[in-house]
Amino acid sequence: MSTHHHHDQDFLFKYVFSQDHKMISKQFLITGFIMGFIGLIMSTLFRLQLGWPGESFWIIDKLLGSWAENGVMAPDKYLALVTMHGTIMVFFLLTAGLSGTFSNLLIPLQIGARDMASGFLNMLSFWFFFLSSVIMLISLGVEGGAASAGWTIYPPLSALPQAIPGSGLGMTLWLVAMALFIVGSLLGSLNYIVTILNLRTKGMSMTRLPLTIWAFLLTAIIGVVSFPVLLSAALLLIFDRGFGTSFYLSDIYIGGQVLEHNGGSPILFEHLFWFLGHPEVYIVLLPALGITSEIISTMTRKPIFGYRAMIGSMVAIAFLSTIVWGHHMFVTGMNPFLGAVFTFTTLLIAIPSAVKVFNYLTTLWKGNIKFSPATLFSIGLVSTFISGGLTGLILGDSALDINVHDTYFVVGHFHIVMGLSAIFGMFAGVYHWFPKLFGRMMNNKIGQLHFWITIVCAYGIFFPMHFLGLAGVPRRYYTNSEFPLFDNLLDINVLISTFAIIIAFGQLLFLYNFVFSALRGPKAPQNPWDSNSLEWTAPVEHIHGNWYGDIPEVYRWPYDYSKVDENGEYIGGKDFIPQTTPLYDNETDEAH
Amino acid sequence: MMVLLVSVTVLLVIISAAQILKIAELSAISKGVKVYEISEKDNRVQAVLMLVFLVFYFSFFAWQYLKWSHLMLPVSASEHGVGVDSLMNVTWLFIIPVFIITHILLFWFAFKYAFKANRKAVFFSHSNKLELVWTLVPSLALTVLILYGLNNWNKIMTPVNSEEDHVLIELLGQQFSWGARYAGDDKKLGRANVNYIEGANFMGIDSTDNNCKDDIVVKGEFHIPVNVPVQFVMRSNDVLHSAYMPHFRAQMNCVPGMKTQFNFVPTITSKEMKKITNNENFEYLLLCNKICGAAHYNMQMNIVVESKEDYAKWLSSQKKFGSSLPNPSEGGALVETQK
Repeated sequence: MSTHHHHDQDFLFKYVFSQDHKMISKQFLITGFIMGFIGLIMSTLFRLQLGWPGESFWIIDKLLGSWAENGVMAPDKYLALVTMHGTIMVFFLLTAGLSGTFSNLLIPLQIGARDMASGFLNMLSFWFFFLSSVIMLISLGVEGGAASAGWTIYPPLSALPQAIPGSGLGMTLWLVAMALFIVGSLLGSLNYIVTILNLRTKGMSMTRLPLTIWAFLLTAIIGVVSFPVLLSAALLLIFDRGFGTSFYLSDIYIGGQVLEHNGGSPILFEHLFWFLGHPEVYIVLLPALGITSEIISTMTRKPIFGYRAMIGSMVAIAFLSTIVWGHHMFVTGMNPFLGAVFTFTTLLIAIPSAVKVFNYLTTLWKGNIKFSPATLFSIGLVSTFISGGLTGLILGDSALDINVHDTYFVVGHFHIVMGLSAIFGMFAGVYHWFPKLFGRMMNNKIGQLHFWITIVCAYGIFFPMHFLGLAGVPRRYYTNSEFPLFDNLLDINVLISTFAIIIAFGQLLFLYNFVFSALRGPKAPQNPWDSNSLEWTAPVEHIHGNWYGDIPEVYRWPYDYSKVDENGEYIGGKDFIPQTTPLYDNETDEAH
Repeated sequence: MMVLLVSVTVLLVIISAAQILKIAELSAISKGVKVYEISEKDNRVQAVLMLVFLVFYFSFFAWQYLKWSHLMLPVSASEHGVGVDSLMNVTWLFIIPVFIITHILLFWFAFKYAFKANRKAVFFSHSNKLELVWTLVPSLALTVLILYGLNNWNKIMTPVNSEEDHVLIELLGQQFSWGARYAGDDKKLGRANVNYIEGANFMGIDSTDNNCKDDIVVKGEFHIPVNVPVQFVMRSNDVLHSAYMPHFRAQMNCVPGMKTQFNFVPTITSKEMKKITNNENFEYLLLCNKICGAAHYNMQMNIVVESKEDYAKWLSSQKKFGSSLPNPSEGGALVETQK
């Protein structure tokens, strides 16, 4: 395959095996959204079961077929849906879909590069991801059903088909898919790091980078550090499952016989899994934080407050994220002294997180805010980041975690702080950079309606879950009806499920807006949001190499919005000064 | 079917809303308006919605609290649980004001500083003083929470002193039921391993170990005496389980291949708790709280907390493991347990 090609490339190389970062970005976005919609439908189906346990539903009957006899899903298939929903949302939508789309789109455009350092590896990165997606979807249809051990796939449950049918071929495919996914993710991440460090245009120092780029850089670094550990965890699990090793298995009596495995420890798997699993939270969150920092600054017409503190807190979060994994394991039998250490490191993360929140708030203060859908979702992210982050103080505290661990309190917490924040960041990014992606504009009014439906329903779903958790309801229960203790809580589940159904339909607004605008939306102008950053100097139509002629040179940081001289007049006459504008005589550089 | 009808209606409403908005856009384009620009009027509407949402969010929070707070777990039935609950309350005292204040600021700023063509945004890029304040204040608050939390944690995780009067119970999880084993008079649990599982001996107790003769195995329900420390040892036969006893603020995973432990002092008897919760049918429960297979949702065991006397009476009525061994006459050890 040629590593260099020209404008007259044929269809196959332009749209399929493209090495152009903008096309790869769209490929990630569309694949990610398709996976996301599948994950969304799964959640709606199991919410039907939780809200109206045991009732027969036409839609469940049609969609699940043999997984749901007479329209009532089987208990182990409920677990399969929960597992696949988690896997798809965390990895396929919010890791590959989010990072893959925006790192690819924005890194070259915002740092001023012709393309990624290696277009070929970039293409491979997408195709590994695509292959992984396909295998993950195929696993839904195999004998025994898809993986059903929860997205954390703790052995021995995930290792033994005798324990649950989904741990047969479904689990094997899950592991294969994830191995491919990790390879793709590593190829992408290495490329992002190399590109950011080496291909910045003249004048684009590290302290003149938009916060998006800082977020993508740190995300890629965390990914490179932690994803290989998950790969090794998965490989060892494959050995245990297929080749008779005992890394994770010991003293097991199942299906009427004692297994040969001896001397392994499931706790080892938990350590390896969460060594990725926790940083993964920040792999999905940091890009969203970077995207919204950029959007909030642009749309409030103000510099982001505390640019360096924002970078510092992201660096701190990225570093801390790799030494807190044990807070998922307080009650696993891990040494309590370790529990104490992990409580300490975990609660420290609250400090840089608080700094970020206050900096967002100060950026809004005395701004001149334009409420594009992207702005709305960015403000929504600040709200979810606060609402979900605060309950982290409870879960991160080992003594408190004992009683809420693995309850709905956790489900509420991580869906708000990680799920909602990341997807809000992703929606914000799509609305904001749609003109860069498709050269057309999305409809603002539908976007705004989409936001309000989404945020109201999202809180309607996840806020009540805290109450369920405080009432002691464990997560991953097919139904709560076996416990008289939980009978009074059924109303809460009905409410949650109702919101879940509405939010699912609400996303059709987005789908409609996305598809219609990509095909028929009004043509995008050069710089629709009057933004400073470099991508808006590139031509609207996608060209290979991003800029006609030379790559522009950069003279300032990207946040010179509403900068005024001593007379209170805008410097340069407008409320924004693009990075390509040299410093005027009467001003000082903010990013020295 | 109700849900289907509601769903179809919602779907239709959404489609028609999208269509109406699209038509509005098309007519705007035909009048030469730049549709991607947000008009000042539209901006005003969104700004007001910010405030509306703030009110909605807080009201929703308050409504849930008023409607559901009585459904939460009752007062802690264990000694350490009281400490956990007060730590929880102190944490809420940090969380809720921060939640309320930051949300008021967020949505109020959004409302107040909505775009006006004749106003300039303030160029305010950093302030070391402010940033220092909101680094230090959370640090101080967290120091308090961390120290308070760890103090509790260390106390909870210290095993019961074996010299002290206590009850030793082994909990065993398997798909999809629980078993409990009491150490008996010798205060020692006999050896056990999956290799010894046979027939009714689902806990895999090694009958050649003399320590096991006076052990007592129960299913379905186990009893513990009030105000006496209970030391639990957890095991699993097959996959991970988690022994979750929410009323006692107690939880520990059961891990195949290793023993884990947890201990607490129950302080409220089942009878008293029935009164406190005003519920005749109230039972303390042991639930499985780690995904363990298809019937994970129904893996439970009742717990009865009673006076020391009632507990002793109940325990003495239970069959000792030694008495179920096939040839009791041949085993010298059995005689010993009947003393």
